[in-house]
Amino acid sequence: MEEFAYFAQQLINGLTLGAIYGLIAIGYTMVYGIIGMINFAHGEIYMIGAFCTVIAYLALSALGIGFLPVVLLIVLIASMFFTSAYGWAVERVAYRPLRGSFRLAALISAIGMSIALQNFVQLSQGARNKPVQPIIKGGYELFEANGFAVQISSIQIIIWVLTFVLMAVFATVIGKTTLGRQQRSCEQDRTMAALIGVNVDRTISTTFMIGASLAAVAGMMHVLYYGVVDFYIGFLAGLKAFTAAVLGGIGSLPGAVLGGLLIGLIEAFWSAYFSIEYKDVGAFGVLVLVLIFRPSGLLGKPEIEKV
Amino acid sequence: MQNSSENKLAFALKSAVAAGLVAMVLAVPIIGLPAVDIGGGTLGLEPRWMHVGLAAIIVFVGRFLLVSTADKRAAMSGDEPLFERMVKPVAQYSKPIGLLVVIAAIALPFMPFANRYVVDVATLTLIYIMLGWGLNIVVGLAGLLDLGYVAFYAVGAYSYALLAIHFDFSFWICLPMAGAFAAFFGVILGFPVLRLRGDYLAIVTLGFGEMIRIVLINWYDVTKGPDGLSSIPRPTFFGLPFKRRPPEGIESFHQYFGLDYSSMHRLIFLYFLILLLALVTYWFSNRMRSLPVGRAWEALREDEIACRSLGINATNTKLTAFAVGAMFGGFAGSFFATRQGFISPESFVFIESAVILAIVVLGGMGSQFGVVIASIFLILLPEIFRELEEYRMLAFGAGMVLIMVWRPQGLSIGRAPSIRLHGDPGKGGAS
Repeated sequence: MEEFAYFAQQLINGLTLGAIYGLIAIGYTMVYGIIGMINFAHGEIYMIGAFCTVIAYLALSALGIGFLPVVLLIVLIASMFFTSAYGWAVERVAYRPLRGSFRLAALISAIGMSIALQNFVQLSQGARNKPVQPIIKGGYELFEANGFAVQISSIQIIIWVLTFVLMAVFATVIGKTTLGRQQRSCEQDRTMAALIGVNVDRTISTTFMIGASLAAVAGMMHVLYYGVVDFYIGFLAGLKAFTAAVLGGIGSLPGAVLGGLLIGLIEAFWSAYFSIEYKDVGAFGVLVLVLIFRPSGLLGKPEIEKV
Repeated sequence: MQNSSENKLAFALKSAVAAGLVAMVLAVPIIGLPAVDIGGGTLGLEPRWMHVGLAAIIVFVGRFLLVSTADKRAAMSGDEPLFERMVKPVAQYSKPIGLLVVIAAIALPFMPFANRYVVDVATLTLIYIMLGWGLNIVVGLAGLLDLGYVAFYAVGAYSYALLAIHFDFSFWICLPMAGAFAAFFGVILGFPVLRLRGDYLAIVTLGFGEMIRIVLINWYDVTKGPDGLSSIPRPTFFGLPFKRRPPEGIESFHQYFGLDYSSMHRLIFLYFLILLLALVTYWFSNRMRSLPVGRAWEALREDEIACRSLGINATNTKLTAFAVGAMFGGFAGSFFATRQGFISPESFVFIESAVILAIVVLGGMGSQFGVVIASIFLILLPEIFRELEEYRMLAFGAGMVLIMVWRPQGLSIGRAPSIRLHGDPGKGGAS
């Protein structure tokens, strides 16, 4: 029973972590789907989202607004707005001029962008990490077994609910709206989409903005959950989210979420049952195994190479 | 005519205003509202609206100049961009120029201006040139995107250090062993992942690089973790140590040659060592290009399916490229270890892989000469602007983006194919 309680606690933690990875992974998978490039700077976008959250929260408390739901809503909107502006600018400056160039060029540009953004934030916000007092407190005890209490905090519940709501909204946007149709048509064939009157440039920009705003939500969750942020969080989180996107099958949106949850669970259980030092090795190891035995990911369509 | 130029001006102004506004939006949270410690560990905001305005104005002016002079710049460069015209003679006389560069490199430490710092920076640049040439085999020739090259560099450095510390082997015994270890790791990693397509390969190699680093940090018994390995034996000149007072019974370098002791001797020796290693890498990869396996690499880069249908074993061919590239990474790693005398996992972070890859791509993939230019560009320039320490990495990242946007094909002018079906087959080779 004790062991089961321990297991349940890891499951809860892993799912929370996985929700954050899943939200970031959507950005990777959407961009990959539409222009076939790895947006290496996406992890930094997530980091900027986390910073925007901290800044917006501090600004609100300086203004004296203290009613929690209002604060959370404003912080969420502000963070999504500013971060999606970053997403837009990154695409416009670093990727659009390279569209149609060979694939490595865009990747190098993305790596450069990632380095530049990281150092930009470090320079303007300082290299020290930014601790924030817990914004949401409290939690629930699910059950207790031999002195081991399985707990679920309010933050975890908020993260789950928010992720779920966003996924639903997002699925509706992609599946039902004009924007979603344009996006899917660009994904299939950009030239053909342009011929039938889809504004390809704008669609791609919107894709980057949606990806960035989801990353901003993930960044906000990071701040709420861990209560600390520094300029370096984007690298590893971005890497793992990309791993999640590949694990789920890159280009597939449900795959990105599934992959994110799996990576979160693997990390939590690996830390709990094997060794916490090697938790990152665990996630990458699983990625390698998946790629060997199922190169197209769990939910991805196998890509057929044509001559 | 008047009207159209006015239109253009209006257009430039409009796009500049838009860019300035966007810059303002971007600058407001990150630049304008730094979250700083206001005492007692609590964070507060210290608005800097001046900086936000400044950022917006800089972007406005920059964008305006860029758009309004676009026509003029296009007219000025004519059919052939300025850069191409500048580079063309270099490409034409690549052989004599290459020779001159090598002679200059040999002469460098004996120049009057060559102090400790100059030789040190030159050595560092040569390490990156060597790494660039090594990675060039994997990325430039075989077309495999490797984002974890630093892993092999690390394997080389650590295997050198461990062998030299525990078994007391000399540099020249450790060097090939470290290279072999790195190549072995290359094969182990390559075997499962080389069937993957380019981007996946990139990310798996990236993950592998991180895994190696995590193992180095946590495997304390062997690697001493974050403390790193220190007191790695320094290289000797065929058994003659570079010490002021060598231990009893051993003659040191300056005694043997009857020179006054100078700490520069060792630096110059290290410089020549890496020059030699780099030239070997150059020569080796150039020779490989005319071997069947090298031809297969390049063919594989161009079209994998065609290669398969011609009976080339794609996996084995890629594996050789991976192993050879890893081997040179290992060599460079052991040189690094012996030069520093101390290594820790901090030297082998992802950014190193990114720098090496940037060198290869900026140089124009597959171009040997381009690697030299790009290394000098990426390693030397930040060294010169060391006073701007804080802004170094920012400028480095921004520079990578700008160069890619400006010249996606890299700095060197088009790479000549190694072999042609018709025409002059002897003229191919590296530029």
